Formats: sequence, C-alpha cells, structure tokens
Amino acid sequence: MRRLVQAIPTIILIMIGSFLLIKLAPGDTVDALVGDMGGADPAFVARLRAEYGLDQSVFVQLWRYMLKLVQLDFGWSYVYEQPVIEVLMSRLANTLLLMVSSLVVAFTFGVALGAIAARRAYSWTDNMISTLGLVFYAMPSFFLSLLLILIFSVKLGWLPVGGIRTIGAFKTGWADVADVARHLVMPTAALSLIYLAFYMRLMRTSVLEVMDLDFVRTARAKGAGGARLMFHHVMRNALLPVVTLLGLQFSTVLGGSVVVETIFSLPGIGQLAYTSVVKRDLNTLMGIIALSSIIVVIVNVLTDLIYAWLDPRIELK
Amino acid sequence: MFATSRLLCRRGGDRPHALWDFNLTVGEGEIVCLVGESGSGKSLAANAVMRLLPEPHVRVSQGTISLDGQDLLSLSEAEMRAIRGDRMAMIFQEPMTALNPQKTVGWQIDEVLRLHTNLNKAGRKARALEILGDVHIPAPASTYNAYPHQISGGQRQRVMIAMALVLKPRLIIADEPTTALDVTTQKQILKLIKDLQQAQGTGILFITHDFGVVAEIADRIAVLRLGELVEQGPAAQILRSPQHPYTRKLIAAVPALTPPPEKPASGEPLVLEARSLRKTFAARGGYLSGKRNPVIAVKDLSFQLRRGETLGVVGESGSGKTTVSRIVTRLLESDSGEVRIDGRDLISASKTELRALRKDIQMVFQDPMASLNPRRRVVELIAQGPIVQGVAKDVAHARARELLSLVELPPAAAERYPHEFSGGQRQRIGIARALAMEPRVIVADEPVSALDVSVQAQVLKLLADLRDRLHLSLLFVTHDLRVAAQLCDKVIVMSKGEIVEAGPTARVFANPEHPYTRSLLDSIPGRDWEPPVCNVA
Repeated sequence: MRRLVQAIPTIILIMIGSFLLIKLAPGDTVDALVGDMGGADPAFVARLRAEYGLDQSVFVQLWRYMLKLVQLDFGWSYVYEQPVIEVLMSRLANTLLLMVSSLVVAFTFGVALGAIAARRAYSWTDNMISTLGLVFYAMPSFFLSLLLILIFSVKLGWLPVGGIRTIGAFKTGWADVADVARHLVMPTAALSLIYLAFYMRLMRTSVLEVMDLDFVRTARAKGAGGARLMFHHVMRNALLPVVTLLGLQFSTVLGGSVVVETIFSLPGIGQLAYTSVVKRDLNTLMGIIALSSIIVVIVNVLTDLIYAWLDPRIELK
Repeated sequence: MFATSRLLCRRGGDRPHALWDFNLTVGEGEIVCLVGESGSGKSLAANAVMRLLPEPHVRVSQGTISLDGQDLLSLSEAEMRAIRGDRMAMIFQEPMTALNPQKTVGWQIDEVLRLHTNLNKAGRKARALEILGDVHIPAPASTYNAYPHQISGGQRQRVMIAMALVLKPRLIIADEPTTALDVTTQKQILKLIKDLQQAQGTGILFITHDFGVVAEIADRIAVLRLGELVEQGPAAQILRSPQHPYTRKLIAAVPALTPPPEKPASGEPLVLEARSLRKTFAARGGYLSGKRNPVIAVKDLSFQLRRGETLGVVGESGSGKTTVSRIVTRLLESDSGEVRIDGRDLISASKTELRALRKDIQMVFQDPMASLNPRRRVVELIAQGPIVQGVAKDVAHARARELLSLVELPPAAAERYPHEFSGGQRQRIGIARALAMEPRVIVADEPVSALDVSVQAQVLKLLADLRDRLHLSLLFVTHDLRVAAQLCDKVIVMSKGEIVEAGPTARVFANPEHPYTRSLLDSIPGRDWEPPVCNVA
C-alpha cells in the first residue's frame, strides 16, 4: 500500500513531462479539426482555440490540466465528443485482455521451453528451441503480424483479419467468448513471441545456473530425481530472475500493443493512442499516459508480491 | 560393509586420472577420515561413491563400489536413487547453500521420508520432529516451519545432519561438514556426529583437511595426495608415527598448540595504539527490507602494539575482529576513539594527512584471489602503492622486483598475472604489496585461512621471518587459535565487540581467566593430540 502512495509523485512527474513534450510538437487539436474540415476562416479558428482554452500559455494550460487531474477528471475528448474516461474505459478491457493473454502465453511457454532446453543442454532439442527463440526474437512484431494475417486469414481463411468481434453477429454467452478468443489468437501470438524468446533464454540460463548449486546436489543425495528435482528444487529457484524481467517488461508490452492493435484494428488503448496522436487529441493522450502509468505501478507491486511469495528470504512489510 | 576397490575416475585437466587405484573400506560403526589438501580428489571420491559425478565428463572408468556387498556401479539410475538418502546419505560443507532457500526445514526433511517411506503425513512429521530433537535443535516444532535463512549456521548444519540420519543409513559421507563453522560450534557438531554414529552403528566416511578434526574423531585415517592414497591405517598409529613422507609433511605443518615463551617487557617504542574505539552499525530499515536493530560491532576497544611485536586478535565470527582491522586502517570510519601510529592520530587525520599515514599501516587480506586485480601484472600490483605516494615508476618497479625475491618468489613472477599463481603464492604477492610501502605496521586479516596446511605453514614462517628482519609490527586477525599460538606474542580475545581477555599468548593459553576464552580453547579440535615432531626429509 505504501508503495502505491510512493508512486504518486512519479505519476505526476510523468504527466508534467509528457504534457510539455506533447506541447513541444507543432500543431494542436484545432489544427487537426480544421484540417479534417478542409479549412476554415481565421476568426473561427481563433474562436475554437479560445473555447478549448488553447489560447492560453502552455503553463496555464498545464496548471489547469493538473488541477482537473487531481480531482480525477481526465477532461473531454473533442475528437470522440465524450468524456476521456469513458473513451478509455470502453477500450481498457480489450487491451488488458490482449496484454494478459500475451504475457501468460509468453511466460508459460517461455519458462517451460527454457527449462526443457536447459535440462537437455547442448542437445539437439536445445539447439532447436534456441534457434526458434532467436528467430522469434529477431522478427519485428509488425512483420510477424502481417505474416500471420497472410497465412491464416488470406491463404487459409481460418482466422479473422481484425477487430475484436464479428461485426453484426451480436453473439451472446459462450459463443461471444469464443468469438472474441478467435479474434485474439493472432494478436496474442504476434505480441507474445518476442517476449517468449526473452523468457526462454533467461530461464535456460537460470536453470543451468541453479542446477549447479549445492542444494540441488543435496536433493540428489537425498534420492530426489527427475521431475521432482526439476519442479521443487530447480525451477522455483530459477524463476526469480524471470519474474523480475516480467515486471520490468510489462511497460514495453504496453508499447508493443500500439503496433499490434493498430494492425489488427483492435479497439484498444494502443490503437487509441495512435489515433489520438494523429488527431492531436491532447486530453485523450494524457489520459492514456496516466492510465498506463497507473497500470505499470500496479504491476510492479504485483511483481514484488510474487517475488516475495517465491523467495521467503525477502520480507514484505 | 562398504568398500571401493581399484577405483579410477577419469577426467580431463591436470592429471589423466583424478583418482588412481583408490581402495578404501568403511566398516560398520567406523569413522574413516579421508585427509588431503585441496585438489587431492577427496570430494570427487565422495561424489563417486554416491554416483553423483557430473557424468559423462567425469566418470568411474574402472573398479567397483559396493555397499553391503551390492555393486553400486551396476545399478540403474532409478535403483541408485532409491539407495541415496535411504541407505547412504551425505552431509555437505556449506550448510547455507546446501539447503534449498525456498523450502522450510520441515519440508526438506519430509522430502527424504516421502521419497523412501510409505509413512503418512502425520507419521512423517512426527519422525521429522523426532530427528530434529535428536540433533539437539532447540524448539524442533518452530524450526520445522523455519526457512534455512532464519536459523544459524550451526543449526543449519544440524538440519543437514538430521536430514542425513533420518532413515538411519548404513553409510554417511561427510564432506568437510565443520569447515565453515566456528570452533565452538564445530566441537558440538563433531560430538553430535560421533554420538549419533555410535547410537546407530553407522559407518562414516569423513572428509577433511584439518588434522585437528581428524585427531578428534577418526578411527581410521586414509591420506590422499593427487588422487592416490599414500597411506592408511588406524588413527592412533598414523597420528603418532606417520610412515609416508607426505603424511609426515602434512602433520608437521599443523601448528603446535604451544605458544612462544613470554618475552620480557621490551623497551621497544610503541608503534600502534588504539584508544576506546567504537563502531555501531546503524539500524537499517529500507523500503524493501524489514527493520534491523543497530549492531554494536566494536565496543570501547583499546590495545597497544610495540615495534617487532605481533598482536593476535582472536574470536569467533561476529565477534568484531574484522571490524577492528578495518577501523585501524581506516577503511571503515569508527564512531569514536583514536588510532595512533607513532603518536599521530589516524582517525582524525585529514585526507592528505591520511594518505601519508596510510604508508605506515598496510593490510594483507584473507582471499588472495579477490584482493588482487586480475587484469594487472604482479609488478604493477606491487608498485602501485609507492607510485601513488610519488615514487618514480622505474624506481618502484625495481623495488617491486626486489620484494618478490624477499617473499621467495622467482623474478619471472613479476611479468605474470595473479591467476597464474597458486593460493599460497598469491598471498606472498599480497604480502609483497603491503611491504612495498615500507610500513611500520601490517594488519593481516585471516591471511592464511584460505590456504592448505602445508602452504599455511610456509606463509606463517615467511611472515614471522619478515617481521624479525624488518622490525615490523603485526596485527594478526584470526579465528584459528593454533595459528595464533604459532605466531603471536600477545593476544586479545574478542567476544561480541568487547575484549574479554588480553595478555601474552603463553599466559592466556596456559591459564585462561575468562570463561569464553576457556570454552574457545576447549573447542580446538584435537587439543589433546600433540603433533609428533617428524623428520621431514
């Protein structure tokens, strides 16, 4: 709990920093709106600016924004004509679903494959797994996405190209769940494979290291072997560095989702971020940044909890 | 009951066979000590018996290992697993790393029972608690639920022993089980092993490098050198009249427990004087860790050191002896007090004064590998100090080469890197580095603890030699009372940051006044055994 409170100054700093950064970029909401309209006379533009408060100096705008933020008011999105918080919440679920499923896939398979590779280190299996990992790792996610679409949607026609649900199908209950799952298969794969390779490499090294430790020898001297040795003595200890990486990488997964959501036209936070930048929708963009920071902070606390659960030497207050 | 014959283990490296023609038997209820220096292959022999060698790189290439007449080498891995932990068990050297940090003590003992018995959960727990009681763990029930890091080193080793003994194995292999422990704890653990072994009639193969320990518990002794057994026989016979020259050399290297005779109060000038030093490590409580209480490491400590004298600082781990060595060299700031070198105070010296003063007090560290920069040539390592003090480079290098011959290293050593030397040679380099500054005082923090006995004896002799030739004063920190007896004119005995007793070594060893000193002296392994004076040819 205390750590959550400690994160507040961090979040405020992030907000101020990103606000100023966005303001540094030329163009504002009005430019984008007017651009969409195909032009307008200068008097109208000036009136719009005054209405949105964009005629004030940057610092006044910042001050006003921060004041509202303290009251947990994210403002109004002039692009979606909705409060920012509603825009965010309608898309948060999709993004979280994508991220959690990607990380679960990456973590589970990464750890399992890494452990298998280490168990049979320098064998044919190990070389195969390691080479595959290298391929995944070296492939950019946008390229992988396009490749997947080409194979599974265009050529084979097994999976939908994009979106989160089949448009106009209005399925309910389990049919709806299955539909969403079908839509998420490719984005999840595209987003998770890189991280899968990461976790696999780390797990392999970590397991190899732990297998040489004294207590593993003790366990073998006790007569433990095979799966028992691997699960109880080796893997749990080897997981520690992987969990650390998991926490650190969560934010980069969030970044990666921008690309993947845009390619698969998933209505999520990442795609929203992309359109907000294009439309100069400052309030929405700031809302996304705030939300992301909060998510990252929460995930870091969760990582610490998992870490403490895995390693009794670390005591949490 | 247990025998190996003509065991050959093959591996790459310095010799074609790590073990050659290794014949050893351990009878029922017998303690056989396998003695050897580092690299002799004694741990390898232990692992070979348990069939825990890192195959296929290292494997038994020829010979038999049998337990109760059963040939272990012909068993499958699964059959072997059933025997490990049940009929033969192992105790390791480092109890901290030998226990799984993520599992409770109870779980780890329980695992042995789960693997080898059909007992139900309650039955297993009852048995585990019983064995914890047998190894004299206070409050077995709470220790059962503790994690290894929550109990002390001695208790961890008891847990290891409990784990090995819980199924009453026929054979226990103990690989340096007390090396990492304090003397008083070591004594208790040795007694425990001996008592339990007598009660259960277990055979023990006890691996050690310490002849004191051997004298304490061995029934029979086997001496291993470079993979070959050079001598074996009943303990009394080998300890009293060793036959093989190597055994003689090993035994001769064990420091005798007779301190040098008390010197008359010398009129030599005072070189180093410490007055009421204090050091408290502040309470630590981070955002991540729990709050810890402040630790008083050194409490009101004073001592005097005259020219040409050696003062030993002895005590168990946590007694504050290392803190003392760091404070007097001002590698650690003390909270209060004075350290005077020739009357000049080191503690209150300014940065520039300190640099000049450092010249007079130099340190030799415990771990000769870790304290030498691996990427520098020996000559640079030795000359570095004088160069910092303003000596011209070529002069410093010439002096470094002279020092190498002083510490009995060949001149060619100058151009080599630290990893090309053995432990004892590295410690010589460390000594040469300290001497390069032409100090008045050398502070040596456990300088021989990481070395084999025979090498230890040479380094100690060198230190004593240099002290007498160069009129140095030594502040010698050690946990090994035998070493202290060998070298020190005076000792101070520390416990919990305080001096409990101080005086000439001969007097303290003959008539210890403080109960702590007495228990420390009583715990020296093999104190009743006086190494015979051998003719080392």
